[in-house]
Amino acid sequence: MTTSQGARSDGGGAEPGLQEQFDATIAKDQRIEPRDWMPEGYRRTLIRQIAQHAHSEIIGMQPEGEWITKAPSLRRKAILFAKVQDEAGHGLYLYSAAETLGADRADLTERLIEGRQKYSSIFNYPTLTFADVGVIGWLVDGAAICNQVPLCRTSYGPYARAMVRICKEESFHQRQGYELLMTMMRGTDAQREMVQDAVNRWWWPSLMMFGPPDHDSPNSAASMAWKIKRHSNDELRQRFVDMTVPQAEKLGVTLPDPELRWNEERGHYDFGTPDWAEFKRVISGDGPCNAQRIARRRAAHEEGAWVREAALAHAAKQAARAGRKREDQSAQEGAAA
Amino acid sequence: MSSTGSTRNDWPLYEVFVRGKRGLNHVHVGSLHAADDAMALSHARDLYTRRNEGVSIWVVRSEHIAASTRDEKDPFFAPSADKVYRHPTFYDIPDDVPHI
Ligand SMILES: [Fe+2]
Ligand SMILES: [Fe+2]
Repeated sequence: MTTSQGARSDGGGAEPGLQEQFDATIAKDQRIEPRDWMPEGYRRTLIRQIAQHAHSEIIGMQPEGEWITKAPSLRRKAILFAKVQDEAGHGLYLYSAAETLGADRADLTERLIEGRQKYSSIFNYPTLTFADVGVIGWLVDGAAICNQVPLCRTSYGPYARAMVRICKEESFHQRQGYELLMTMMRGTDAQREMVQDAVNRWWWPSLMMFGPPDHDSPNSAASMAWKIKRHSNDELRQRFVDMTVPQAEKLGVTLPDPELRWNEERGHYDFGTPDWAEFKRVISGDGPCNAQRIARRRAAHEEGAWVREAALAHAAKQAARAGRKREDQSAQEGAAA
Repeated sequence: MSSTGSTRNDWPLYEVFVRGKRGLNHVHVGSLHAADDAMALSHARDLYTRRNEGVSIWVVRSEHIAASTRDEKDPFFAPSADKVYRHPTFYDIPDDVPHI
């Protein structure tokens, strides 16, 4: 049985043969499971990646969450609610996977709100209009799908299984966004302008979601060798562009890249270079909403502390009461005998 | 959790098992934190069965699960490795014997 608890007792010292066994498992394309021996670097890389991924899902609730109370219809409100709830779920599946590696959930939360662990740069941009909700579903969840589908085959079992669950849910996210945009595009000129404006603002940050270009991605090689990562950042970015351009055409919006054009020879779209200086600024804390996102996460955590404590106190009281009842019962049975 | 050993007083960890539909076994789907069993069940419902993924849920405190050692090649599993006669293919039966 591989449980979340299982990994905690692992010391991780390399006894002879363990590294070979680990390498053989990876080479055979089999999964590493929580109680298996694994190199410390593999464990550390996974904890960092899964935690960042979990934090992104949790922080990712905020930009769209802002629109739940302002959604234009009950239908849109219910959809948005369900979507944001899914993102919370994704965060929890991933924290659960990180815990199988010996990480501590409360510790990960602390690292997030102290700014010691990162999350996806995309969630540091503001959602200015309701069209942003549609564009996030279409582009941001679309990019997430591109990133996440290959992770369903990542070498660490609990991470791969969490990704399978997540990918099943992401398709709804992307489709509700695209449908929302189609509806707006059938509306007034003002609505169409809103959609185009949102696309203009979100396109480049969406391309940045795949991470820095391959020649500037220092951790990629090890992750590829361990089969944590299956495709390079640039490969996935290209895949996303190729998928998205026809969708943009169908929708009737222009992607804000003058260099974007079909390359017959390559069989792919050529496209411009994202502003990597902006990416570095935003990921290191200096984006439009970083401070606000973290402040809100911290407030939710701190304002919820009394609830967590009260629930524990209640549980302890119930357990004590149940214990007394059992004692009384056995005392009665003893007297009757 | 015992592993934190801090003053934080975290909710304990539970493992979650879901029966996808009648006729199937409960299957391990992941874990969650909850203050007690009742809360673990309702969290498990919200977290792991938002789209009819289950008709029945078990939760159990992770610390109550006993597990075999991590190594598949451990002698623990040896008793099953060398008993080929437990498999139907061990027995040679002529092709013309029907339904066997
Ligand atoms: Fe998600
Ligand atoms: Fe999503």
